[in-house]
Amino acid sequence: MSAGNHTVVGRRLPRVDALQQTTGQTQFADDLNPPGALVGRQLRSTHAHAAITSIDTVEAAALPGVKAVITGADLPITYGILPVSQDEHALALHRVRHVGEPVAAVAAIDAETAERALALIHVKYEPLTEVVTLDQALDPDRPLIHGEGDGQNVHRTAALEFGDVAEGFAAAGHVREDVYFFGGNTHAALETHAAVASCSPEGKVTLWSATQVPHYVHRALAKVLDIPAGRIRVIATPNGGGFGGKTDPFSHELVAAKLAMITGRPVKFNLSREDVFYAHRGRHPVLMWVKTGFESDGRITAMHFKSFLDGGAFGSYGTASLYYTGALQTSTYRIPNYCFEGMRVFTNKPACGPKRGHGTPQARFAIESQLDKAAADLGIDPVAIRVRNAVEPFSTTVNHLRITSCALNECIDAVVEQSGFHQKHGQLPEGRGVGLALGCYMSGAGLPIYFNKMPQSEVQLKVDRGGGVTVYSGATDIGQGSTSMLATVVAECLGLEPAELTMITADTDLTPVDLGSYSSRVTFMAGNAALEAATKVRTRLVEAVAAKLEAAVEDLEVANGRVGVLGDPESGVSWTEAVVLATAATGPLVESGSYTAPKLAGPYKGAGVGISPAYSYSACVVELEVDADTGMVDVDRVWIAHDIGKALNPLLCEGQVEGGVYMGLGEVLFEEQAFRDGLHRGPSLLDYKIPTSLETPTVHTTLIESDDPEGPYGAKEVGQGPLLPVIPAVANAIHDALGVHIDEVPITPDKIVAAMRDAARGGSGRVGPKGVPDFDFGELIRVEPPEGFVAP
Amino acid sequence: MTMRLPPFDLVTPTTLQEAAGLISDPTASIVGGGTDLFPKMKRRQTTPVTLVSLAEIDALKGIRIDDEGRCVIGAGVTLAELADSPLVPAVVASAADAIASPQIRNTATVGGNLCLDTRCNYIDMPELWREASGHCLKDGGDTCWVAPRSDHCWAISSTDLAPVAIALGGSLRLVAADGERIIDVDDFFQNDGIDYHTKSPGEIVVELLLPAFTGRATYLKHRRRGSIDFPLLGVAAAATFDDAARCTGIRLVVGAVASAPLRAIAAEEFLIGREFTDDVIEEATRLASNPVRPQDNTDTGSRYRKWMTPVFITRALQEIASDDTTNQEEEP
Repeated sequence: MSAGNHTVVGRRLPRVDALQQTTGQTQFADDLNPPGALVGRQLRSTHAHAAITSIDTVEAAALPGVKAVITGADLPITYGILPVSQDEHALALHRVRHVGEPVAAVAAIDAETAERALALIHVKYEPLTEVVTLDQALDPDRPLIHGEGDGQNVHRTAALEFGDVAEGFAAAGHVREDVYFFGGNTHAALETHAAVASCSPEGKVTLWSATQVPHYVHRALAKVLDIPAGRIRVIATPNGGGFGGKTDPFSHELVAAKLAMITGRPVKFNLSREDVFYAHRGRHPVLMWVKTGFESDGRITAMHFKSFLDGGAFGSYGTASLYYTGALQTSTYRIPNYCFEGMRVFTNKPACGPKRGHGTPQARFAIESQLDKAAADLGIDPVAIRVRNAVEPFSTTVNHLRITSCALNECIDAVVEQSGFHQKHGQLPEGRGVGLALGCYMSGAGLPIYFNKMPQSEVQLKVDRGGGVTVYSGATDIGQGSTSMLATVVAECLGLEPAELTMITADTDLTPVDLGSYSSRVTFMAGNAALEAATKVRTRLVEAVAAKLEAAVEDLEVANGRVGVLGDPESGVSWTEAVVLATAATGPLVESGSYTAPKLAGPYKGAGVGISPAYSYSACVVELEVDADTGMVDVDRVWIAHDIGKALNPLLCEGQVEGGVYMGLGEVLFEEQAFRDGLHRGPSLLDYKIPTSLETPTVHTTLIESDDPEGPYGAKEVGQGPLLPVIPAVANAIHDALGVHIDEVPITPDKIVAAMRDAARGGSGRVGPKGVPDFDFGELIRVEPPEGFVAP
Repeated sequence: MTMRLPPFDLVTPTTLQEAAGLISDPTASIVGGGTDLFPKMKRRQTTPVTLVSLAEIDALKGIRIDDEGRCVIGAGVTLAELADSPLVPAVVASAADAIASPQIRNTATVGGNLCLDTRCNYIDMPELWREASGHCLKDGGDTCWVAPRSDHCWAISSTDLAPVAIALGGSLRLVAADGERIIDVDDFFQNDGIDYHTKSPGEIVVELLLPAFTGRATYLKHRRRGSIDFPLLGVAAAATFDDAARCTGIRLVVGAVASAPLRAIAAEEFLIGREFTDDVIEEATRLASNPVRPQDNTDTGSRYRKWMTPVFITRALQEIASDDTTNQEEEP
C-alpha cells in the first residue's frame, strides 16, 4: 500500500498514545485516586426474580467509616440508553429482575468497611416465578418481568416485507428452510468497568468513567440525578477495551455521582469480573429461521428471516438489536424480495445489548451456513454462489439501504486465491477443512440514538501563536485508536506529523459532542468533522500566505511544516510564520467542523436501523483440523480481506482486523454467557472460556481500498465488520472437515461428537435447534422497493 | 462483589517440626504456592486465620535419586521445576507441563497439586453466586447440587500429578508433629468430594517417591484450552512388557471423573500377560470405562466426558503399546 499523494495517510505509524500506554502512564479510570476518595460498593440481588418487601440500611449506615448508604428510593427516576426503553433503575426499586442486579450501594472509607456494610444491609425478598428461557417467556402463565400480572414477556416485535416473497419463492427452483441458534456471549474486555465521581462545593458533579459514550452518560446523569446537564461534566477515561460493553449508562456511574453529591467526597467504583458478567449488555442469544429461494444457478429469489432474541431483564439497546438481526441481509447479498419478522423477549438474566457487530453476527452465521448447504444442494461451489449474489457498488437494496463503495468481489478473490480455497474445499483429508463466508457492516449508524437534528460529531481546532495545534473531540478512544485516527486526518490536512498535535478528547466540558464509540461511526463521522475543521484552518493559512507571497491561493500547498508554492515548498514560509500571518490577518486561528449523515432512512417504521453513510465488506477463509473422536478444533490459518475504503493507518487497521478475527474465533468455538435456571454458569474467566494467545492462529490480513466517496480520505470502518465472516467460516470449515452440520454457536467439542455419533448411527449428522415457536409477529408492514429498484 | 483476600496472619517456619506444630491449630491452613488456596480465600470458600507457609522449609525442596534408585521429589518443588527436571520420569515432567499456565507453574508446587482441593461448578464460584444458588454440601449446606439425593459430595479430583504418580506406583512421605508415615499415592485418596484424601490436618506432605521405572508410560489430558484449563479427563498408564511384547505389569488410572483418581483394576488384570492388539485394547477400554460415571459438574457436561473416557483410554493404551512411543522411560 503506497501513501500515494498523502504524507501521513497510509503510513504504518504507532498510535499517538503508544508510548504513554506502553510505559504505564495512561490513566485508566481505576488509576484515578483523588484525595479523600471513598470506596463505593454495590449490594447485588441473590434472586433472579423477586419482589423487594423491605430494605433495612440502619445497621450499615451506623457502621463507623460508612459515609452514605443509598437504595432505589434515592434514585427513583428511570433511565435506559434508548428513549423507548426507559426501564432501568440505578438501584432496584420494588423488584429485582436478575441475579446480580444492584439493590443498594454504600460509600465508605475503605473497601473492607464498605464490604462489611453491605453485609449489614438486610433485604427481604418475596420470590417470583423465574422466566429464564424463550419458551418460559412465551408462557402466558408466567409473571410479567415488566408490569403486573401474568402474560407473555414480549418486549418488541417487528414484521416487514419488501417486495413480494411469495412471488419470489414461487419463482425459485430450490427453496431451503433452516433453523439456527446463536448462544449469547459477553465482551470480556480486559479492563473491568470503573468510575470515579466528585462533587464540588458549588454542586458541580464530575464523573470519570470507562465509558464508550460520555455524551449519553451525561444525559442519563442529568435525568436520574435530576440536575441540569450544565452542572455535570463527564470525562471518558481511555477504555481498556469496550466492544459495546461500555455503551450503556450503568448503575455504578449513576450511584457514584449520587454518593459523591451526598458525601461531598469523591467516590470510586471498580467492578469485579463477576460484576461485569452481571452488567453484561453482550451478544443476544438468537434463535433463527431462514427460508431462502434460489434459482438453479444459485441466484437468490427471496428470503424470509425470523429471529427470536432473548433480551434479558432490560430493554437496553434491544429494540435496535432486534432490527439489526434483520437489517443487513440485503446489504451483503442482492435479495429481490425480503421479509423480516423478529421479536425480543424479557428474561430474568442480565440484559443483553450491543457487542461488536451488534445483532448482525447471529444472522450472518445463519445465512452463510445456509448458503453452503444451498450450494451443495445445487451442485455449485461456495465461492460461486456468493459471487452470484454479492451486492454491487452504488446500488440500492430492496429495503432502501444506499450502497456506495463496495469491494466485496475483490475481498472474495483475495481470500479465495491466497488460501487456495478451490484446491482445498472438499478435497482435504478427513478431519481437515476450509470454509468461506462474507460480511458487511456499517460505518456508523445513520441516526443518533435520540431524535435530534444536531450534528452527530463536532470537532474544534485551535492553533496557538507558536504554531501548536490542539484538536478537541468528544470521540472516545476505547483501544481502537480513534485519537490516532483524528491526529492522522488533521496532520494530513495541515502538513504536520500526528505526534506533533495535542489531542483533547471525550470530556463534556472541554470537547464538543461526539455521540460515542459505537456502531463503527468514529472514523467516518468524527474523521469527517475533523477534516472539515482542519480544512478551514488550512484555507486561512493559505490565504494569508498567498497574500504575502502575492501568489494565487490555488498555487500554494501545505506540506512538511511549510506553506509555499506547489512543488517548491521552500519558496514559502514555515508553519509557524504562516500561523502568525493568518492570525494577524483574520484573528484567532480557531475553527470547528461537524458531520451529519445524509438523510438515508427509507419510508417505513424501523428504517432507522441499518442505514449508514457507507458499508464495509469482508471475506474470510478459515482452514482447520478437527479431531473426529474428541471434537477438538484446531484453527490453523485465517485469511481475511476487508474493504476499508482507505487505510488511514494500515498498522492500526490490521490490528482491528486481527482483533475481530480473534473475537470471532472465541465466539464460535468457546464462549457462551450460559445460565442454569437464573444462575450464570460461571462468572469468571476460568469458566467463561476465551481463547488465549496459544489458541490463536496465524491471521493473513488484506486491506482492500475502495476509496469511499464520502469517507475522510476515502476511509470506512474496520472495528466491527471483520468479526462477521469468521464465525460462519469456521462452521463451514467444520462441515467441510467432517460432513456434519453444527447449526448452533458456540460449536463446542461435545456438539461435534454428538453430530458424529448421530451420523454414524445413520442420522443426519446435524446438531442444532429443531424448530422455532409458532409466534404472531403482528401485522406485516409491506414496503414497496425503492423507485427504480431492479431485481437482479 | 469483591475478589480481595480476607485478612490473615502469615507464619513462615523453617523446619518441618515447627510447621507441623503450627498447623495443629484448627484455624490454620498450609500454603505452598497458593494458586489453589488464594482463589478459594478470595471467594470466601475458606477463611483461615493463620497461613503456615512452607516456602522456607529446605526439607521440601529439590529432586534427587536416592540409594534405592527412587526418584524423590520434594513437595515444595514448583511445577515449572518439575517440568524441566532431567531426573524425573518423562511422563511426570510432561504431566507437570500440562498443568495450568506458565505463571501458575512458576509458583504452584508438587504438594499443592497432589493435595489440590476437589473442584465443582457449584462450589468454585463467587460468594454471591453460592448464596443465590444455596450453599452446597461442601460449602456448609445440606444438599449436593450435582446429585441432590446423594449423601456425599461429588466434587472432582482435578490433580494431574496424582494419576501419574499412582500409575508409576508412587508413594508419599507425610510428617506430623508426632512422627511420620509413608503411604501409597493410590491409598492416599478416597472417592468423597469433601474428605478426598486421608491426610490428617496435622500432617504435611514432604516427598513424592517414585520407584525406578523402565517401562512405557503416558498421561493424556483432555481440556478445552491447552493453555490453562483443569482436566476434563486425564488418563495415566504405565506398563512393562516382556520380549514377546506381552504385558508384565500395568497400572491404568482415570483422573477427573470422580472425587479421586480411579484405578482401572479389571482392565489392568485383563491386560497382564497379553499383547496390546487392537482387540485387547478394545476389551480393556470397555472394562476400564464402564464403571466411570462423570457428573455434570464441570465444563462440557457429563455425557461428553463419558464419551471421551474410552477414547482417551484407548489412545493411552495404543501409545504405550507402540514401539515408537516418545514417553518410553530411560533408566534414570
